[in-house]
Amino acid sequence: MAESRIRVLVAKPGLDGHDRGAKVIARALRDAGMEVIYTGLRQTPEQIVAAAIQEDVNVVAMSLLSGAHNHLFPKVVELLKEKDAADILVIGGGVIPENDIPFLKEKGIADIFTPGTPTKKVVEYIRNNVEL
Amino acid sequence: MSEKGTLQELTNAKEKWTKGTVEKALSKYKERKEEFVTSSGIPITRLGTPLDLQEVDYLDNLGFPGEYPFTRGVQPTMYRGRLWTMRQYAGFATAEESNKRYRYLLEQGQTGLSVAFDLPTQIGYDSDEPIAQGEIGKVGVAIDSLADMEVLFHEIPLDKVSTSMTINSTAAILLAMYVVVAEKQGVSLELLRGTIQNDILKEYSARGTYIFPPSPSMRLITNIFEFCAGNVPQWNTISISGYHIREAGSTAVQEVAFTLADGIAYVEAAMKAGMDVDNFAGRLSFFFNAHNDLFEEVAKFRAARKVWAKIMKERFGAKKPRSWMLRFHTQTAGSTLTAQQPDNNVVRVAMQTLAAVLGGTQSLHTNSREEALALPSEESVRIALRTQQIVAYESGVPETVDPLAGSYYVENLTLEVEKRVWEYIKKIDAMGGAVKAIEQGYIQKEIADSSYAYQKEIEAGQRIVVGLNKFQVEEQSLQGLLQVDPAVGETQIKRLQELKKSRDNLAVQNKLADLQQAAQGNDNLMPYILDAVRLYATEGEICNVLRDVFGEYRPVEIL
Repeated sequence: MAESRIRVLVAKPGLDGHDRGAKVIARALRDAGMEVIYTGLRQTPEQIVAAAIQEDVNVVAMSLLSGAHNHLFPKVVELLKEKDAADILVIGGGVIPENDIPFLKEKGIADIFTPGTPTKKVVEYIRNNVEL
Repeated sequence: MSEKGTLQELTNAKEKWTKGTVEKALSKYKERKEEFVTSSGIPITRLGTPLDLQEVDYLDNLGFPGEYPFTRGVQPTMYRGRLWTMRQYAGFATAEESNKRYRYLLEQGQTGLSVAFDLPTQIGYDSDEPIAQGEIGKVGVAIDSLADMEVLFHEIPLDKVSTSMTINSTAAILLAMYVVVAEKQGVSLELLRGTIQNDILKEYSARGTYIFPPSPSMRLITNIFEFCAGNVPQWNTISISGYHIREAGSTAVQEVAFTLADGIAYVEAAMKAGMDVDNFAGRLSFFFNAHNDLFEEVAKFRAARKVWAKIMKERFGAKKPRSWMLRFHTQTAGSTLTAQQPDNNVVRVAMQTLAAVLGGTQSLHTNSREEALALPSEESVRIALRTQQIVAYESGVPETVDPLAGSYYVENLTLEVEKRVWEYIKKIDAMGGAVKAIEQGYIQKEIADSSYAYQKEIEAGQRIVVGLNKFQVEEQSLQGLLQVDPAVGETQIKRLQELKKSRDNLAVQNKLADLQQAAQGNDNLMPYILDAVRLYATEGEICNVLRDVFGEYRPVEIL
C-alpha cells in the first residue's frame, strides 16, 4: 500500500563528491520497502529543504565526508522549521568526529551514523522514529 | 612452460591427488567456504600448478622489465636503481599551514609533494562565494589566486621537488599558477617535474568535482597536453585515475577497465585535436588503488601495464616505447580503513604497501590510521611514511624485480584480470567509448552495484572486516583528532578581499574578456589563463568566465 510507505530524501549537501555511502544507504532503504529519492551531489540546504517539502518526505538523510557538517546540517533543520516542516526527521552520516555529535543533536539532527554502521541499524532507526 | 609429456603426467598426478589425498581430507574437514573468489569474483584455485600456466608464453606475456609489454615493470632494474617516490598527500587550512606541513614532510625524508586542495578550489569557487561556506580549507588547502600559491610554495625550490596536484576541472588554472610561481623563483619550466590529476572522466563517474560538460572539459585537457608538450616537457599532464573508482566501490577488474577506457578517450581526443600520439603519450600517467586482496592487487597492476602497452602500440600505433609504458602512482585504500580500533589500520596499510611495491608502483601515498575519522595528525602521517620506509629498507622486497612472477597463482590471476578487463573495454567501445558510457550512467551503475554487493557481504558476515563485524571490542572514542579552525574561512575571505582591492582590476577585466573570447573560439586556452593568473585574477573569476561560455554539467542520477 503506497500510503503506508515511509518516504526518505537521501541528500548530499555541500560540495563533497563522496557518494558511495549515500548510494548504499539509498539502496538499502529501498530494499527495506521505503520510497527513496536521491538528490545527487552538491545540494544547498535550500535545495534540500525544497525537495523534502515537494516530495512530502518523512525523513531527510544527509551524508557528508568533507567536514562541513557543522555548518550545513543545522541549516537544513533551521530551514525546515521556517517552512513549518519541523516534523520531518533529519539524520546524518559520514565522516563525523564523535566530538561534533552533541552539537549536531542540540541543533536538531535526530541522530548521526558514523563509518561502519550496518544499514540495518539505519533502517530500524527510521522505522522506530517515523510515525505514518 | 613445460613439455607436453610432463604436462600430461602432471594432469594425471593432480587428478590423483585431488581424488585421493584431497578427498580424504575433505571427508574429515570441509573447506572454510563453498567457493573462494577474489574481490572481482574470479574463482581462486585451491592449488596453483604449472598446469595454470599453459597459456603463458614467457616472452609474449611477460618479457623483460623496461621492455614491451612491461608486465614485469617499466624500468629495467626497478627498485634496485631507485626506490619509488614516497609521496604523502597533504594540504589543509591555509597556504601558510600547508607550506609548513610540506616542509616538515620534506625534512622527514619524503621525496615528493602532493597537494590536496579544498573543495571550493577543486570546483572553481572563490572562498567568498556562499556555496563555499563551511568547506574552506577542510579537505585541502584553499587557493583563490596566485597570491595563495606563492605562499604555498614559499622557500620550496620548484626545480628540486616534484609536485603532484589533485586538481581536475580547474587543473589548467592551478597549473598556470604553479608555472608562474616557478617563473618568479627563476626556475626554467623545462626543469619542472610533477603531475596534475586533470582526469575529468572519473569525476563524472566516481569523484564528483566536475564543472563543465564533457566536450569543453576534454578541450581543456588537450589544451594542457599541447601546452606542456611545448613548454613543460617533464610534466605529467594527466593522472588517469582508478583510485576513486575503486574507492567508490568498484572491483579490481572494474578499476583497471574503467581507467584504461578513460585513457583511451583522452588519447582519442588529443589525436582528434591533431596531436601526434608519441608527442604526448609519454607524459600520461596513472593512479591506482592498493586494496586488501594482496595477490589480486599485484595481478591487477601487472595486467594493467600489459593491457595499456597493447592499446598504445596496437590500437594507437605509438612508436616510442615510452608511449607504451603505464607509469602509476598508488594510494592505499582509504575505504578499507575502519573507524573501529583505528590502530589496526596501520597493519592494513602495511599490507597494501606491499601490494603496491610488489606491483611495481612508481610512487606511493600511504594512508594514516585515523582517516576514517578525521584528517590525520602529524604523528600518524609519520607512521604512514615510516611504513613505506620499512618496506623499502627492511623487507628485502625491492631487491629483485617483480618477485611474484612465475607464481602459478599470480600469473594465472594476471591473465584472468587481463581477460576480464578486455571484455569491459570491448563493451565500452561498443557503447561509443567512455564518455558515452558515463553519459548513459553505465559506469556509475556498475560501480554502485559492486559497492552495494560488497556492503551486503559485510552485513551478512560473508566478508569479515576485523574490528567491524568480528572481533569487536568496547572502545573509547579517539581523542585529539585534527580539526580545521573554523576561523580559517574568515581569514581566507579577508585575504581575498584585500587582494581584490590591491591588484590592477582594469587589467584583470581585460584579460578575462580576452579569455572569454578565446573560449568561444578554438584557441589553446592556456596562454590566456596564464595571462589572467599573472595579474592575480582569481580562480573563481576565471571559472565563471568559462562557465558562461561552456555551461555546467548536469549528471544523470542512477541508483
